[in-house]
Amino acid sequence: MRGGPVRRLIELAHMSRAGTASDAYAPGDTVALFIPCYIDVVFPTVGKAVVSIFERLGVDLDYPAEQTCCGQPAFNGGHRKEALALAARFADVFEDYKWIVVPSGSCGAMTKRFYATLDPTSKAATVGARVWDLATFLVDILGIVDVGARFPHSVTMLDGCHGRRELGCTDAARRLLRAVGDIDYRELPAIEECCGFGGLFSVTFDALSTSMGSAKCANALATGADYLVSGDSSCLMHVGGMLDHRGSSLKTLHLAEVLASR
Amino acid sequence: MTIHFDRKQVHDDLHKPNAPAVLDASMRRAVEHKHAAQAAIAWDALRERAHEIKAYSIEHLDELLVRFEREFIARGGRVLWAQTADEAASRFLEICRKHGATSVVKGKSMLSEELELNARLTAAGVEPVETDLGEYIVQLAGERPSHIIAPAIHMSRQDVGSLFERKLKIDYTDDPEALSEIARLRLRSRYLEAGVGMTGANFGVAESGTVVVVENEGNGGLSSQAPPVQIVVIGIEKVIPTLDDLVVFLQLLARSGTGQKMTTYVHHFLGPVDGRAMYCIFVDAGRTELLADPIARESLYCIRCGACLNVCPIYRRVGGGAYGWVYPGPIGSVITPSMIGMEDAGELPFASTLCGACAQECPVKIDLPHLLVHQRARSVDEGAASSTMENSAVSSWARAMSSSRGYAYAVAAARIAGVFSPVLPWISSAVRAWSKQRSMPKVAAMTFKDWWSER
Repeated sequence: MRGGPVRRLIELAHMSRAGTASDAYAPGDTVALFIPCYIDVVFPTVGKAVVSIFERLGVDLDYPAEQTCCGQPAFNGGHRKEALALAARFADVFEDYKWIVVPSGSCGAMTKRFYATLDPTSKAATVGARVWDLATFLVDILGIVDVGARFPHSVTMLDGCHGRRELGCTDAARRLLRAVGDIDYRELPAIEECCGFGGLFSVTFDALSTSMGSAKCANALATGADYLVSGDSSCLMHVGGMLDHRGSSLKTLHLAEVLASR
Repeated sequence: MTIHFDRKQVHDDLHKPNAPAVLDASMRRAVEHKHAAQAAIAWDALRERAHEIKAYSIEHLDELLVRFEREFIARGGRVLWAQTADEAASRFLEICRKHGATSVVKGKSMLSEELELNARLTAAGVEPVETDLGEYIVQLAGERPSHIIAPAIHMSRQDVGSLFERKLKIDYTDDPEALSEIARLRLRSRYLEAGVGMTGANFGVAESGTVVVVENEGNGGLSSQAPPVQIVVIGIEKVIPTLDDLVVFLQLLARSGTGQKMTTYVHHFLGPVDGRAMYCIFVDAGRTELLADPIARESLYCIRCGACLNVCPIYRRVGGGAYGWVYPGPIGSVITPSMIGMEDAGELPFASTLCGACAQECPVKIDLPHLLVHQRARSVDEGAASSTMENSAVSSWARAMSSSRGYAYAVAAARIAGVFSPVLPWISSAVRAWSKQRSMPKVAAMTFKDWWSER
């Protein structure tokens, strides 16, 4: 009497643990790189670092050259029409890819979460759901924590709020960093507090933005680390800009740049 | 009355010795206490349940409010309805006149702030007396509460000491216990003289017609029970279906607000006793504007615990005053534009980095960042906040981002004119704001796109 239902339960458990065919990465699957516009233009070394990590891991890459901006500045600024147009464009550019990886929690959240709030029935919502931030893709999808990197320096981590709260990628990033050879990882005090960047907020409310940035700088400096590392170059542009303006020797690096080091 | 988020306040406060540090420290303590209090119970499950109950309640306000009215009247209470703040204040005054009240003792109520009840009562010759210690302090100071559950959080005990010295003509002390005792002694007789006692309401339970008020100082109990007439002012969104539902919220509210497991007092008012009179004034005052908006509606789930203020990095730096109206912090920036009009408060939703700390703390799981973005979009659609210059900058930029050629053009322009360029006047003011305390990012010699195409 017990055999039937119990067997069925075990089958179901196995099915859900293994995931369905579509959400497991198969060796040979191509990954499309989504390189945010400001990384393309201001921090191209971050994109190159991502390429070098994936090449080391033997992952097939493509970079759809038509990509521009995901539309987040328009979305956050309340400019829905422009945001919808850029979301639709993103969907057209990336629709043929099953896996899309972005070295940014913020642009990742825009595509993976906010496209759906703009219009849940849109192609952008469907395509956006296939976007993964770099850390989550490496750790949760590929199942890799040690990417074979070596970085003999002390680092602390600035955690982008969108990556942390919308995508939940904090633990993955921390695990990746801790697995890097010869690294001295130091946890940032008050890691959960926003650095104050906030896109346009950084200039429309600049006094508040830099007040929050000051607190982040102080916490980062208190760790005594050589490098402040983040999965988001946008937050680093703000906090790094403040550190540089103050003549601090604390350097900023994207997570991908640390993982690419050997 | 057009509200501008007070940037000057930001500036002044940041430079005033201690002010932001004191507020920041209090807020941090509040969040620590909350986390400690929520650790011992099934917090996430409770939040989920609370969200569901509120979602149901807000979708069924028509039935629940009528049910509450029926039950409350059956026990001898009276129910009045007010569409606007003016109407609510008028109803309140009519009751005072009918019962010949010349003074009103008041428990803490944010709705009363919305109605500007103190000013309206005073103008009509009825003296309002705030009995919550924080409210008593801000009333003496002639200010507005700067936090929804800690009205005088922006003042130090030294500030309060000087205020009491000046206004009450007594010797200076900044000993908190002594200050509390001074207020207590002065208030004691006022309860007995007052013709009307007023409280707000934390919940109205529809199945039993119960008004539930939580408090810690005992002043709510005295205000409601000492005078012969009790008036409850209550927002229409405060009604929940059952007493079982109430149990869910009582576990969440005190933990979120003060880090207590339970408030010192939980009053269940079931109607008038012994020939006394009890009134409930249900107030809309802009709530149906929120209800009519399928997305902003979620903000009506709010139980006014203050957790989103406590954790907000913006609120911690500027305090309640900068937000310009009754409700500060993330929840205030969402509801104020709908309640008093987007044209007057369209800037508030922009005063946020959208970091999401508020949503993480909210005991009823209101998606505050999503609602802030929604209100921003309404603000832009209605031309309430963004300048023409910004609008045209955004649309030129979006046009540039809509084609590979436009993108390449924008990159080339950025090389010449600094980052992210197409429309210059707006960009140059942004560059100025950025550069005050930050080095400018530089456009790389070769973009990733070019590097990829050449490899």
